Amino acid sequence: MIVQALAFYLFAAIMVASAVMVISSRNPVHSVLFLILAFFNAAGLFVLLGAEFLAMILVVVYVGAVAVLFLFVVMMLDVNIAELRHGFLQYLPIGALIGLILLVELGMVAGAWVISPGAGAAAHLPIPPPDQVTNTAALGHVLYDHYVYLFQSAGLILLVAMVGAIVLTLRQREGVRRQSIARQISRRRDEAIEVKDVTSGSGV
Amino acid sequence: MAFVERAAKGLLLTELISGMWLTLRYFFRPKVTLNYPYEKGPISPRFRGEHALRRYPNGEERCIACKLCEAICPALAITIEAEPRADGSRRTTRYDIDMTKCIYCGLCQEACPVDAIVEGPNFEFAAETREELFFNKAKLLANGDRWEYELAKAIEADAPYR
Amino acid sequence: MNLFWEGYAWPTIVIVAQIIAMIVPLLVAVAYLTYAERKVIAAMQMRKGPNVVGPFGLLQPLADGVKLLFKETILPAGANRVVFILAPVLTFSLAMVAWSVIPVDEGWAIADINVGILFLFAISSLGVYGVIMAGWASNSKYPFLGALRSAAQMVSYEVSMGFVIITVLLCVGSLNLTDIVLAQRNVWFCVPLLPMFVIFFISTLAETNRAPFDLPEGESELVAGYFVEYSAMAFALFFLGEYANMILMSGMTTILFLGGWLPPLGFAPFTWIPGPIWFFAKVALVLFLFLWVRATFPRYRYDQLMRLGWKVFLPFSLLWVVVTAGALLAFGWLPK
Repeated sequence: MIVQALAFYLFAAIMVASAVMVISSRNPVHSVLFLILAFFNAAGLFVLLGAEFLAMILVVVYVGAVAVLFLFVVMMLDVNIAELRHGFLQYLPIGALIGLILLVELGMVAGAWVISPGAGAAAHLPIPPPDQVTNTAALGHVLYDHYVYLFQSAGLILLVAMVGAIVLTLRQREGVRRQSIARQISRRRDEAIEVKDVTSGSGV
Repeated sequence: MAFVERAAKGLLLTELISGMWLTLRYFFRPKVTLNYPYEKGPISPRFRGEHALRRYPNGEERCIACKLCEAICPALAITIEAEPRADGSRRTTRYDIDMTKCIYCGLCQEACPVDAIVEGPNFEFAAETREELFFNKAKLLANGDRWEYELAKAIEADAPYR
Repeated sequence: MNLFWEGYAWPTIVIVAQIIAMIVPLLVAVAYLTYAERKVIAAMQMRKGPNVVGPFGLLQPLADGVKLLFKETILPAGANRVVFILAPVLTFSLAMVAWSVIPVDEGWAIADINVGILFLFAISSLGVYGVIMAGWASNSKYPFLGALRSAAQMVSYEVSMGFVIITVLLCVGSLNLTDIVLAQRNVWFCVPLLPMFVIFFISTLAETNRAPFDLPEGESELVAGYFVEYSAMAFALFFLGEYANMILMSGMTTILFLGGWLPPLGFAPFTWIPGPIWFFAKVALVLFLFLWVRATFPRYRYDQLMRLGWKVFLPFSLLWVVVTAGALLAFGWLPK
């Protein structure tokens, strides 16, 4: 138990510290790297909760793919910190408002827990206890049995978003010479070369 | 039909597999490596390696300080100074070759009327400092004494074609 | 005191011993993989390869290691120091960490976790950070280009790798690596899922930045790609990490498709040989395939690489997931 508690405090402390560093470090690339560290520690917390599937998916999706793209963009862009700081005060009220709303909502979650401890149980899904079924199977049952339509429609919305992004960026240009590998490799010897009998001195 | 054939070929990766089959066959072929420091390849009599100044069989140096080699050297690597010797014969007092400049074109030995400066079969004269590669007359004569047998043989073997 | 000893100290000692028992042979294997690579490619080019240091050149990896150890580590003036040093350490340690879940025989894994295959996939997807960080921190053109290339490349090929893994998982019904191997008792998955096996193998080549997908380090165009600025032990760590990753990917291929530690046929002469030996033999076979491919094919062009990943492998593996799932459902072969 002590080891678990120690691990929890370690992960939680590093996560909070790196989350602070995300918004306070001067170099945007360092920010992204700290974000990755935060993701990683969140995955560690998931493992401590026994949700190993979620932990691994968090690492695969967020750390392995999303954050790579973040890093990619941040590295390519020449971010000018001074220019970013320029509008800091201007956006401060909106930022503070969003932060406040988040804080209130977090407080409400915690408050609901305190005021009516049974509220969570009311929305509880019939999941068998963790020692009978792996949490991969449990998640599968929830997503594909109880919420299959919602899940599928979420997938459809993402697909539409993807198609939209592609349509927005796709442009057909005239006169672009493209390589057609199929055509290149389907060329045969008899259509590509011709043997001619040339008498010397006369040219082709 | 041709399309189906091509598609089948592409999907079955026949070209990749035939390429890998080729390399696999080469894997078992006898190796052609020459185990260099222990084994050496044959060298042509015309091989142009380290320079040497030869002597006549009686021990007299061949070079007569005509400076043809100095004149023809395209890399300006050769420096010669000459004075009459006590017995009145014309001999070099200084014969330097800067081996770091030399391009081993062999024009010096072509130009030499008495076969004095020659490029021998030795190619293993790497040194750790530049200074060791500024050959002077003593070094060149020593080379000549050391390699005389090979040099004579090489010149003899090449003589019919000259 | 007794509680402390039995509850904490002894398990710690056991785990450390297990880790050492895993990592030391792994490092030796990495060293000799470099030797094997030089020998195999030399043989395919009708050369002899290293043969001077020790009998048959067997001490060559040690000599190389000692040479790298005694060289000077150079920190470029414009480099971002922390990230610059972190990158090779990350690459190397990730390649080591992943081995904690690989089962060499039934029950012979340091941690036989439920989501083993996802863990492996997650760790291998982290490998890209070492490359990106190295490329960015070097503050130099070639490493940066190499890093950009590899970031796009590794992310692209991970997608099709993910689908291949999903197909295997469909046939197994578990994410546990031991279960995956045991599900291949009757037939190894490389037989019914041959196309996926091929796609997986090619994707692992791209994932480990090996020829013909070695664009991130393409020595003839980017000098050495992301580790241009690295020298001495930092370079050696990259090198070790890269080769350890190759072994890891071979191990993954072995577990997913070649039946892990199971003998090829389940009767007498084959079952006499213990499981770990089968496992290592299969890993060695896949590694030979890695080297063989490197000796055979020229480097891909970048747009061809992307085309292969997104326009060929992704649709094909997606299709095969659907086909496999359909077949399993139609014939009632679903596990459990």
